[in-house]
Parts: sequence; structure tokens; C-alpha cells
Amino acid sequence: MADLKLDQIHKSYGAVDVLHGIDLDVKDGEFVVFVGPSGCGKSTLLRIIAGLEDITSGDLLIDGDLVNSKSPKDRGIAMVFQSYALYPHMTVYKNMAFGLKLDKQDKAAIDARVREAARILQLDQLLDRRPSELSGGQRQRVAIGRAIVRQPKVFLFDEPLSNLDAALRVQTRLEIAKLHQELKSTIVYVTHDQVEAMTLADKIVVMNGGNVEQVGSPMQLYHHPQTRFVAGFIGSPAMNFTKVTIDQVEQDKVTVSVPGGIQSVLPFDVGTADVGTQVELGIRPEHLSLGEGGELIVTGEVDVVEKLGDSTYLYLKLANGDRVTVRAPGHSRVKIGETVTASAPAGAAHLFNADGKAYTKIDCPADFSAEE
Amino acid sequence: MSFKNIRREDASRAVIVHGILLTYTLVALYPIFLVVINAFKTRKGIFRDPMGLPNAETFSLDGFTKVLAKSNFEVFFYNSFMVTIITIAIVLLLAAMAAWALSEYKFPGNTVLALYLAIGIMVPIRLGSVSILNLIVDLGLVNTLTALVLVYVAQGLPLAIFILTEFMHQIPKDLKEAARCDGVGEFKIFFAVILPLIRPAVATVAVFTMIPIWNDLWFPLILAPGDGKQTITLGVQQFIGQYVTDWNAVLASLSLAIIPILILYLIFSRQLIRGLTSGAVK
Repeated sequence: MADLKLDQIHKSYGAVDVLHGIDLDVKDGEFVVFVGPSGCGKSTLLRIIAGLEDITSGDLLIDGDLVNSKSPKDRGIAMVFQSYALYPHMTVYKNMAFGLKLDKQDKAAIDARVREAARILQLDQLLDRRPSELSGGQRQRVAIGRAIVRQPKVFLFDEPLSNLDAALRVQTRLEIAKLHQELKSTIVYVTHDQVEAMTLADKIVVMNGGNVEQVGSPMQLYHHPQTRFVAGFIGSPAMNFTKVTIDQVEQDKVTVSVPGGIQSVLPFDVGTADVGTQVELGIRPEHLSLGEGGELIVTGEVDVVEKLGDSTYLYLKLANGDRVTVRAPGHSRVKIGETVTASAPAGAAHLFNADGKAYTKIDCPADFSAEE
Repeated sequence: MSFKNIRREDASRAVIVHGILLTYTLVALYPIFLVVINAFKTRKGIFRDPMGLPNAETFSLDGFTKVLAKSNFEVFFYNSFMVTIITIAIVLLLAAMAAWALSEYKFPGNTVLALYLAIGIMVPIRLGSVSILNLIVDLGLVNTLTALVLVYVAQGLPLAIFILTEFMHQIPKDLKEAARCDGVGEFKIFFAVILPLIRPAVATVAVFTMIPIWNDLWFPLILAPGDGKQTITLGVQQFIGQYVTDWNAVLASLSLAIIPILILYLIFSRQLIRGLTSGAVK
């Protein structure tokens, strides 16, 4: 177990820059998830930590040691691949013991470690099987077992659940979470699935276009996204965005008019923004409710209705053509074509400037804050 | 179109395909069959009825006794066997390592080198016979099996490298990277992970390499025709004379010569197992 420090990591392939100076501190025992859309550089960053890709410039420290030029096997890492990457000609037992045997370790010690890992992952019954005789979930557990027996300083997971079906994914996700509690090891985990990120992480690193957009706990990212990108990426269904105009600026307050002409007073410090400036208003579907109970009111025609049982998603078309998703109760009787009004408390709103940066919210109510 | 019709069409296609393949098999096997049956016949029997099976009247083991008694058959045999086995071993080792380097490591001139090696497949090595002979004479290796092994290694390498490189490209990248993260050194990755996975390809290459060497007459004739160094194909020639050919002996020695190569083929073909990589990655 160890901490991990990334200092101004740059990576380029020829003339193409894929990582533009990544700074990150991972504490000992922390579960960090890199999340972002395809091509954002999250996998490249993980492979750089593993030593499978060279660093163009910057420093990488594992447990205080500079490991830039060390090969993967000397870094004290273990990696679990999306494709499992098991040795097909070896049994489960040999797959897990292979690396240790080459390390010239004591046979009894190897055996003890492999059996312990098998016990944790419930692979005891499968030790003599070959990978081709296992299901996808079992293979992924073997891959995790192969990582555990190495007792690495840092575990690296590269989209380990992407190849599993939905039910197995949820189950394996829980197992990984339990594993982290049991081993208390430092884990770096890459995924494009924000649900995995939210459920597993102590700390989420949201990446976009080779940059870190924001680092924070799941709740910080959910309630206090610093950019429009993070706001849109974290949360499901995604946050609603619509352009609004600033009508009036006061101390710690701003008045905007929502499409449809209704004015709302929102608790934001917009700094030097002028009246008439266009800003972007963000509001999560789950914070909107039918009726006019909140300060922030939108009206629109229902386009699509999705019934999920516990809740119903209504897709509204606003006067300016933007779409807004509203999470209504499961028993909602709203039909397509109806015009409905939905509202949210002013504290639930997010406001972003033209560059996508969030304005500071003042007096955030407890319901919409990451503070405990 | 009903299902029945599709079935019938499939069936007739299968009959045609199998018919063609069976015919081809017969055409390929019949000469060997003729060699073997005539090896067990008297000289008269061979000429009177070359196509007939040996019967009580024509059956004879003359050819075999002559071959085993009159010639150094076991020496020819030993020479051919040693040359073939040693060549296969060297070709497989060098070709697999070269293929691994070409497919796995990116270095300047990688593609050019691969192309250069591929040229060897297109240019027959026999074109260089005179230079090869000169070289072997200069090296003082005339009439040695070493000369044959060296030439055959050169002859076998290009195709072997080509085939193995293609196979190694198919090994998932994740598997090698997983091994690297697992603390496995490059040599160990090659020998303990990669080689077991390309076993079918290695067996294929072994068969491809072995047969032309076993059957070759040309290089033994010009490089090692001396007594005690002759290979089996060359040894058989002593029964083929300018005026009289001892057909019994020729056919008997050819029949015997099939046995070792057949055994080797059976050994390698057992390795041609498909689907060995299944289960490595999804």
C-alpha cells in the first residue's frame, strides 16, 4: 500500500498531445476513479501509472519513489484488464501463482497466498479449471485474484466491468467495493460509467480532452460541479441545461428569466457579469417536481414519457426549444402532449458562464450540499 | 424457397465437394501406394503387373534384404534424421524469436527488415547454389552434415518467420501487458506465455520445414556426397544405374524412408490443436 503522486504528467504521440499536464495526489488506501468520455486520456493515464506507456514529461511517484523510468514489474503495481488477459494455457491456480513463482518465492508461501486470494474471491472450487471453462464474471475474479496475490502497492483497474452483463456488473461492483474495505489498498480505477465512479470512489477524477476537469468526492462532484462538463457528466439522467439571460444583479443574488418569461431569483455570486449576459442554467431532473412549489419554474409540452415503475421521466420541450427532463413520481398520470409546469428550489440550481465555469452558489441549502 | 430445398442443395454441394477432395486424395496417395506394394514384389512381379497387389507368387522381400545388407542404409537414415531434426530445432527457435521481435517491438527499420526476410520466400535458394558451394568450400565444410544444416536453416527461416509473425500478431496485446505487470521478464513472456500459445503455428512451421529437407536431393548431392555423409534420398540413387535400375531396392528404400517422416508428421500434427487461445480475453 502506498500513496501516488502525479506531477505535471504530459503525454504526446508524435505531434498529438493526449495529456496536458496532469497533477494528482492519491492518498494511501484511497479508491480513486478516473472517469470521462472515450478518448479523454483516462486509460492512457492509467497505463502511464502502470509503466506500459512512457511519460513524455512530468514526474510519477509511487510511495515517494520516482518511477518514471522503471519497468512495470519494478513499480509494485498490479493491473486488472478489461479483457481479463488470463493465460489461457494455465489453470486458475497457475494463473495466480505464475508471477510469484518467477519471483523465486517460497512454494508454501505462494500456495498460502493463492488460496487466501481464492477464498476472498470465492474461487476455491475453480482452481483447477482453465480460463476457457469459466464464465465472464469468474474470469474477471481470477484476474483480480492474480492482482491480489502480488500484494501490490497500488491496484490498477482498467474498465474491469465493461465486458460483463448488467446484472453481473452490479454484483462484481459490490465485490470490488467489499474487496477495497477488506484490503484497504490504494486503488486506481478507470471507467466511462459514472454510476461505477459514484458508487465505488472515495475520490473521482473527471477527465475531459486530456485535462482534469475536477477532482472530488462523489457528493462534491454531484452537488458542486465546477464546470458545465462535470455537471453534465455526473448524475443520471444528465442535468438539464438551458440558456437564460441575467435581468438583475444584486449582492449575492441574481435574477434570471427562464424560457417562458418567468423570472427567478437565484443565490449566486456572478461577480462582474452584466445585465443582459447570457448564462447557462443547470438543474437536475430529480430536483424538479411537478407544480409551482419552487422558486425556479419551467413550463413546457411533454414530448416523451418514460415509466420506470418507481419514477416516471417526463421530457419537456421549453418555449426556446430546449429539452428538460423531470423526474415525476411513478404513479404520475401525465400524458404526451400535455403542457406541464415543473419547479425546483432556487438552491438546487447551477449557473455556468459562457466558458462553462460554474458561478459560486451562496448559502447552499443542506439538501444540495456535500457537507455532512 | 422451402427448407427442404435448401437442405437438398446443401447435400448435393457436400457430395460434390467431397467427391473432388476424395479424387484429389486418391491421386495424391496412389503413387505412394504403388511404391509400397511394389516394394513387396519380385522383379518379375513388378514388371509383369505393376498395378497388382503382391500375391503368393510375386511376394518377396528381396528389395528390403538387399537394401539392408548391401548398403549403409542405417547411416543414410541417421544422416537424414539428424539433419532434419537439428534444422527444425534451429529454424523454430530462431524464427520464433525473430517473429517475436518483429511483431512485438517497434524499432527503426522494423518493416524493412520484415520485407527483407520475406524476399527469401520468393527467391529459391537453389539459385545461389554456386555461391553456396564456394562458401562451403571456403569454410572447409564440404562433406559434412553441418553444411547441410546451415543451408537448410537459411532455406527454412524466411517462411517460418513470416508465418510465426502473423500468428504472433494475433496474440492479444493485453496478455503480454498483463504478464509485464505480473513481473514476468521479456524472455519468460516469450517462452512461457507466447510459445505455448502459438504451438499450432510452430507445429505447422515444423511440418513445412521438415518435408522439403527430408526429400531434398540437390544439396546433399553437391555439398555432402561423400561416403558416410549421404542422406537417404542420395543413398537411394546408388540403386538407380545408367543401364540397370534395381527397382526392388529403390522401392524398398523409398518405402522405408517414408516411415520416419510419417512419425514426425504424426507427432507435430497432434500439436495442431485449434482454439488454444480461447478464454484468454473475451
